[in-house]
Amino acid sequence: MIDADLSRMLVIRAFERTLLDLYGRGLVNGTTHTCLGQEYVPVAMEGLLDPADHVFSNHRGHGHYLARFDDPEGLLAEIMGREGAVCAGVGGSQHIRRDRYLSTGVQGESLPVAAGVALHLKRAEPGRLACAYIGDGTFGEGAVYEALNLAALWALPLLVVVENNGIAQSTPTDKHLAGTIAGRAAAFGLPHELVEGADVDDIRARLAPLVSGVRAGRPAVVEFVTHRLGPHSKGDDTRPAHAVGVDWRDKYASPRLDRLEAAAVSRIEAVAADVIARPLSRWEAR
Amino acid sequence: MRVAENLNAALHELMAAERNLYLLGEDVADPYGGAFKITRGLSTRFPGRVMSTPISESAITGVAAGLALSGDAAIVEIMFGDFATLAFDQLLNFAAKSVSMYGSRVPMRMVVRCPVGGGRGYGPTHSQSLQKHFVGIPGLALYEMSPFHDNLAVLTEMLAREEPCVLFEDKVLYTRPMHAVPEPFSLAVENGVARAFLDERPDCVVVAPGGSAPMVLAAMRSLLLEEEIVCTLVVPSRLYPFDVELPDARRVFVVEESTAGGTWGAEVAHQIHQRHWGRLAGPVTLVHSADSVIPTAAHLEESVLVSERTVHRVIMETLRG
Ligand SMILES: Cc1ncc(C[n+]2csc(CCOP(=O)(O)OP(=O)(O)O)c2C)c(N)n1
Repeated sequence: MIDADLSRMLVIRAFERTLLDLYGRGLVNGTTHTCLGQEYVPVAMEGLLDPADHVFSNHRGHGHYLARFDDPEGLLAEIMGREGAVCAGVGGSQHIRRDRYLSTGVQGESLPVAAGVALHLKRAEPGRLACAYIGDGTFGEGAVYEALNLAALWALPLLVVVENNGIAQSTPTDKHLAGTIAGRAAAFGLPHELVEGADVDDIRARLAPLVSGVRAGRPAVVEFVTHRLGPHSKGDDTRPAHAVGVDWRDKYASPRLDRLEAAAVSRIEAVAADVIARPLSRWEAR
Repeated sequence: MRVAENLNAALHELMAAERNLYLLGEDVADPYGGAFKITRGLSTRFPGRVMSTPISESAITGVAAGLALSGDAAIVEIMFGDFATLAFDQLLNFAAKSVSMYGSRVPMRMVVRCPVGGGRGYGPTHSQSLQKHFVGIPGLALYEMSPFHDNLAVLTEMLAREEPCVLFEDKVLYTRPMHAVPEPFSLAVENGVARAFLDERPDCVVVAPGGSAPMVLAAMRSLLLEEEIVCTLVVPSRLYPFDVELPDARRVFVVEESTAGGTWGAEVAHQIHQRHWGRLAGPVTLVHSADSVIPTAAHLEESVLVSERTVHRVIMETLRG
């Protein structure tokens, strides 16, 4: 793994940790969902995406955003409602739009929308795709299947990235999902790829042909087997410690990682100090 | 006792009293006990009848309707009332319709619980008060949780209607104490309608659902102390159909957190005009949030949501001309 990728993963981690700390100290209002443990997923995916591809994110979207834009200042300002916020502080943690990136807080809602964007791209910008991140729990929503069906029928350039972290809020996957995600993709005749490791180079090499297929109008589902190391939102983890899952960081522990992590942490500390000191955001467009 | 504890205790009692009652919702099972911890202890005590579900608002509301159709009863928790939109078809086109569309009355005992409201920085899709979108559906009754109405009585009444009901629960109430009104107001509850009042004749009557009641009471107190304006607050447990005998006063206000446009208050105002036009000094005044999405950042959210300050100002300006 090159420094830039590892570094990006560590910046995302430092961001999420800082955020939980700020919440803990009462400096941030509202709620948040951190992607601790899942940082490598969007970092791997961004290596396969073009800035002109569309990305649809969900409630657990800080990593998706930071992997695409490397803009912790704008994101933290959005979450804290400060000057420089990406969406003026209106959307907050889970409703962000910037260029071709968009997130929403209602599960499953984004998939049909991503299919619509894919339909547009297919005609207007052949070769571009719409990538939508969803969790395993979101397979409970009917809109997911309606979108998969349309994408398959109309050969849309839609890439569905499932972050299967084994849990939805407090409900383990085996309590909310009958059968498998692979089986659900197969039901629509869609290719499905299961990704188990966290090595972003391996992941990209494995997924590159599939992503090329999506660009050519063969929609696909990629399922990452991953782990949510933190709470669902804040302080609401009812799992015993041993059930949380493995941390990719342990596998890459090294002096190099320590050095990159120290840099990431000090960068995010500086970002937090800067953003906290900013004036409140202003919202003109009501 | 806090409102959340009262509601949790009510659910425990109902489940214990009725062996054919189910409770379904996302993450309602122990040890999590629901996003707002209202269902704590229930899945442990009533296994098989209290179940965490997949993230499938439409399906679980349909399942509740199926249980009701079979003679059972069901309570559905929608994690955030904002997502009741996903259950709207099941509620409007199936559950509520079924009560009468088959030519003879079909009892449908089901309650959909919807935590609503802002003020917590949860953002545009987790902060709405969607009551207005459910007003005027034949066969669907709307209730709102309040600190003045015992939840066991309210839920019992809903199930006894034998038609689908929605219970809106303002999230900010959960941590509030039951039955508390600020000095010097007194509280009385009669026929499902709570009244907070002073002994003298009021200058105005304020109608508000339970979620807005604490805010209105705070405004009533400052109006009394700073302006010597005397208000009576009226809080119906059932929002729709609206059927409330109003105390005699020449000015009436309806306060709610909903954003502007097609509000519950507009429906209430119309009914009050029909009934009491002759005794009113002017049309009913509606007080609600701005015509806007509900932003996440606290300072922006504040600029949109109806507040104690707004209530105070509107009542004062209307009465003083
Ligand atoms: C329609 C809808 N229902 C419920 C919720 C509340 N909610 C937010 S995240 C979540 C769990 C999502 O689980 P999953 O899709 O597995 O993603 P993860 O949180 O594990 O990343 C729930 C139930 C929601 N946001 N939208």
